[in-house]
Amino acid sequence: MAAAATVKSSRPLVSIRNVSKQFANGTLAIRGVDLDLRDGEFVSLLGPSGCGKSTLLRIIAGLGAPSAGTIEWPTAPHSASGEPQPDLGFVFQDPTLMPWANTLRNTMLPLTLAGVANGAAEARAAEMLALVGLKGFEKSYPRELSGGMKMRVSIARALVTHPKILLMDEPFAALDEITRHRLNDDLLALWWQNRFTGVFVTHSVFESVYLSQRIVVMAARPGRVMADLQNDAPYPRDALFRTSAEYAHLCRVASETLKQAISA
Amino acid sequence: MSEVAQRAPLPNPPPLAGEGRVGAHDGTDAEARPVFAEERRILGLAASSWPGIIAPVVIGILMLAVWEAIVRLKGIPHYILPGPILIAQTLWNDWATLSESLLITLRITFAALIAAVVVGVALAIVFTQSKWLEKSLFPYAVILQVTPVVSIAPLIIIWVGDINLSLLICAWIVAFFPILSNTILGLNSADHNLINLFQLYRASRWQTLRYLRLPAALPYFLGGLKISGGLALIGAVVAEFVAGTGGSASGLAYRILESGYRLQIPRMFAALIMISLTGIAIFFLTSWIAHLALRHWHESAVRREN
Repeated sequence: MAAAATVKSSRPLVSIRNVSKQFANGTLAIRGVDLDLRDGEFVSLLGPSGCGKSTLLRIIAGLGAPSAGTIEWPTAPHSASGEPQPDLGFVFQDPTLMPWANTLRNTMLPLTLAGVANGAAEARAAEMLALVGLKGFEKSYPRELSGGMKMRVSIARALVTHPKILLMDEPFAALDEITRHRLNDDLLALWWQNRFTGVFVTHSVFESVYLSQRIVVMAARPGRVMADLQNDAPYPRDALFRTSAEYAHLCRVASETLKQAISA
Repeated sequence: MSEVAQRAPLPNPPPLAGEGRVGAHDGTDAEARPVFAEERRILGLAASSWPGIIAPVVIGILMLAVWEAIVRLKGIPHYILPGPILIAQTLWNDWATLSESLLITLRITFAALIAAVVVGVALAIVFTQSKWLEKSLFPYAVILQVTPVVSIAPLIIIWVGDINLSLLICAWIVAFFPILSNTILGLNSADHNLINLFQLYRASRWQTLRYLRLPAALPYFLGGLKISGGLALIGAVVAEFVAGTGGSASGLAYRILESGYRLQIPRMFAALIMISLTGIAIFFLTSWIAHLALRHWHESAVRREN
């Protein structure tokens, strides 16, 4: 049952060493973050707004270099100049779809950019859309979809290359609770099937406890890691887990840690 | 059974509990999709757009009737103000000459518009690829735009020699700036997160231009095209005025000048009306092109039911 929870390789997938980020205006967004992300695990970065969790996620993705410290990808291929070329997918806070392209075209974008032939890219994108529950919506344009469906397209696009790691920046923050629960379940199922490493930024204690094996609690001003909580509840998790004593206990622990992080 | 297999086409179906499965639609989600109007159509046009067409037409007919009545009742001579019936007769009788002139003006207008699109878009792309080039060249594009074309048309006519080419250059100068400046704006207004996404996938400059910046610029470019279409006609007519007597093969502006000298005021009105109608036709043409290009996705072309 808990097979995925025990998958731990000796070498981490990503090694974050003493990473700090100072913006041009002098704001210290994060300071001295040390974190290892192991292959196949699901980690939440939990913290109040302004704690630099999104900044950290973008630095991991390679969107903006850290001011100090290093991000190492021990197992990823590197370019001739020594740049790591990790195999990653990214889901933004907004769906970030191209409004002029239909669902299928949006989903196959990463493949198109990688030079995959149209026919093969279309087939793979259609397959991924079916996996996120959007079979039959290939020809729809983003404006014709609901917020939750747009997010599904965004996830399908991020997963279409079968990345080793999926970075998600509060992807469901703008959705209503029913849709969010639904997408949480579907995200876990996709993670279970595809065995990517999941990094999920959120400010919701409940979401982080429900989804992840590890909850990294961050404090603000400057952003730093306060605690690294383990969540050993077995998968698959479902509505029953939400009502279990274990869930309530973990939520209480995470909430208290978060409270300390905010007052620290 | 087959439905389940369709939902989980992976080689090793995961050991999922009944509910955690991906693929079932959440009812809330699907019902939250926006609804688009499906309207009854009359002669290919949406039923609701007909009043907007009929009302100005009725007003126009009324105005023409009043005009004709005043001219007749007051006995205004036709070399001061011809009535609409006389103008229509002139348009009919002089069609051979006037249509020839119309063709000449149209040719210059469209050649100038095409040149404006090609040069405007090409320059916009070059400018957005190199800030340095944009900073050094853009001020000159502005100077070209703000200098009244009437004032430089004589110089262009003297320097270029060939009259048609001079007129083309004058119309182009007037028409190209809206396309240049709008396209630059559009190329620079691609969604920031989408730009990041392209960086993540290590897209080349060319890929970013082709798949992101150019489509994002399309609505802006088409807005510029609508303005430039009218300006190309204005530029062509103004240049023809400056060029003046150009012999028999001359455009509509020359017909207006000529009718003025000869006091053929009905003919002057006829030429004027042809210019206006041409401008309106160009506007509808460019609007139609914009509609076709944007109807699937851009707010400006989407009909929404609230």
